[in-house]
Amino acid sequence: MSRLNLTARVFACKLKFMPLKTIESFDVKFLRIIAENGVADSALLPPLNDADYKKIYEAMILARAFNRTALALQREGRIGTYASILGQEASQIGSALAFDDADWLIPSFRESGVFIAKGYPLWMLYRYWMGDERGMKCPENLNIFPMCVPVGSQITQGAGVGMAMKYKGDKKAVGVYFGDGGSSRGDFHEGMNFAGVFNAPVVFLCQNNQWAISVPRSRQSAGKTIAQRAAAYGFEGIQVDGNDVIAVYKATLDAVTKAKNGNGATLIECFTYRLDDHTTSDDASRYRAKEEVEEWKKKEPLIRLKSFMEKKGILTKDYEDGVANRCEAAVHKAVGEAEAFPKPVPSDMVRHTSKDLSPRQVNELKEHGWESKQS
Amino acid sequence: MPWTKIYGNRTEFEKAGGERAGLRGLTYKDALLEAATQMLETDDRVMILGEGVDDAGGVFGTTKDLHKKFGRGRVMDTPLAENALTGVALGAAIAGMRPIFVHMRVDFLPLTMDQIMNHAAKWHYMFGGAVCVPLTVRSIIGRGWGSAAQHSQSLQAVFAHIPGLKVVMPANPYDAKGLLRASVYDGNPVIFIEHRWLYEHMGHVPKEAYTVPLGKGIVRRKGGDVTIVALSLMVFEAMQAADILSKDGIEAEVIDLRTVKPMDKKLILESLMKTGRLVVADTGWMDCGVGAEVAATAAEDGFSCLKAPVIRIALPECPTPAGHVLEKEFYPGKDRIVEAVKKTLALK
Repeated sequence: MSRLNLTARVFACKLKFMPLKTIESFDVKFLRIIAENGVADSALLPPLNDADYKKIYEAMILARAFNRTALALQREGRIGTYASILGQEASQIGSALAFDDADWLIPSFRESGVFIAKGYPLWMLYRYWMGDERGMKCPENLNIFPMCVPVGSQITQGAGVGMAMKYKGDKKAVGVYFGDGGSSRGDFHEGMNFAGVFNAPVVFLCQNNQWAISVPRSRQSAGKTIAQRAAAYGFEGIQVDGNDVIAVYKATLDAVTKAKNGNGATLIECFTYRLDDHTTSDDASRYRAKEEVEEWKKKEPLIRLKSFMEKKGILTKDYEDGVANRCEAAVHKAVGEAEAFPKPVPSDMVRHTSKDLSPRQVNELKEHGWESKQS
Repeated sequence: MPWTKIYGNRTEFEKAGGERAGLRGLTYKDALLEAATQMLETDDRVMILGEGVDDAGGVFGTTKDLHKKFGRGRVMDTPLAENALTGVALGAAIAGMRPIFVHMRVDFLPLTMDQIMNHAAKWHYMFGGAVCVPLTVRSIIGRGWGSAAQHSQSLQAVFAHIPGLKVVMPANPYDAKGLLRASVYDGNPVIFIEHRWLYEHMGHVPKEAYTVPLGKGIVRRKGGDVTIVALSLMVFEAMQAADILSKDGIEAEVIDLRTVKPMDKKLILESLMKTGRLVVADTGWMDCGVGAEVAATAAEDGFSCLKAPVIRIALPECPTPAGHVLEKEFYPGKDRIVEAVKKTLALK
């Protein structure tokens, strides 16, 4: 008898007499509040009033206007590379609005909507995308990290900020953003694990937009959801319809409240779609089917919110036009301010490297005449 | 000053007078422990994270029992993940803490390279100069039987290459205590590299808290014939070499860099102006190493006073062997320094 057969027999024997006991099990919930036809499940609706819905709507329109103009500026050579957020406005704005201004937000590079939802000065965002690090000098009233270009590295830092908040007894939550690609990084595992072990007040927000440049979600993990991975770290994971802004808001608000009450971390997988190319340096038509994109265009988040608000009777033509005009004007003004902002001086690059100057840097400032040189 | 002296062990320390009124003796490892204790006592923002910081040994004694005094909320072991630990400490630093995190070996730092190089070194710049990163990364160079290729590397040059990082390598107990405090309060990410073989070295260390400024070297021994620039354990070797040379009538000036980056080039050049001859003794490898930076400084800013080519002493270009037989050949020490000094004096 071969060894394999023997093992199989022994195993079968054991099964017969010693049934395996389930020692842990988990399920993964999916949250959708507004259906694709705009009808809301009233039992699930968070307590928001008409003004709140309008605030959310306006932030989404502003983000879309910002995005459209950024892409146009890039084509005109006025911005370097830009990562479009088209299609992900609900995931970004719904989540960001659930945090207080003093909470910590740690974005990836595709998170312009998060900044906009928090009222970050638009001209500074444009300034950043125009290639000026001063655009990431966060205003005093907010706690937002600079956009993190290396994929996923910010996840462990978010866990660290959360641990610091817990240690200091500072009742602030931390929101860390990353994508489906980032969820494959070791940092994802390590950051989630630390947050679990130390019960840190962190909300992990995975923007699952189905594509990491040209790599589809199916190639990131064989697991059915990204949300289910939270179970391995001892806290809840939930998948939300990332194109339903109200569902994203509700799930995030619950997670933020839980974090602030000392009940630890949550993983929220926002199931959404990147309608544009990865960045302006990419051409997604080379690797993904047009039909797929067309299907998702029908499900994009503004159609959903508008249809919901129309049904509630709070989206009139006048209001819609007024918002559109105000947002266009705000974006236009911001571009003007960004372009009129004094260019950085060469000494900035040396001065901003560390808190103080090294002897070599002092020499370099002198040697290149950077101390007094204007751009 | 009594605390600038280098003593290899307790016997040497006792022979030189040992403890006397107002001058307490302390080992290098206890000096590190005392620095950490005093910061934890007086500053809530200081915390210590790392593998083994709260075990019975306490990282070779340097964090021993701190968790009992200050709680595991401030002195904590963590899941085994060097990269996460760095990211976590970095996040905490930006959020207002002053974390010290500890690696038993320098060799574990390559596992954290993304966080150190792409983030800790860059965040101040990428926040538009608005946010400081007061993060101290302690790590220890191993040496001796069994440390071998992956537990004994001296990677200071790797970190010194990167703008935004500072690299500190204390050579005696007084500096270990003062430089650790200075690193934690520097406001920039500091790579603090200790040497395991210095841990039992004795020296006079004041009880009160003090800092030794970053970026400042020190003349450990005055001499007019040759300048020996050394760091970490090589300072001890250089001091012994200087004693041997002195018997032959050669007086070497020994400079301890203390900080690799920013390097105290002024001190090197002042000495070179006097001696015209330069030997550099590093604990790391030769190519693009600390020795190369010192030699380049001499070539760029001290060329006219050089009477002979600079000689660098460094590890041979191979990994650290595991056993005694090869190790004896691998590590340069006082004899190699003596040889190099004699060679540079013979050169015209």
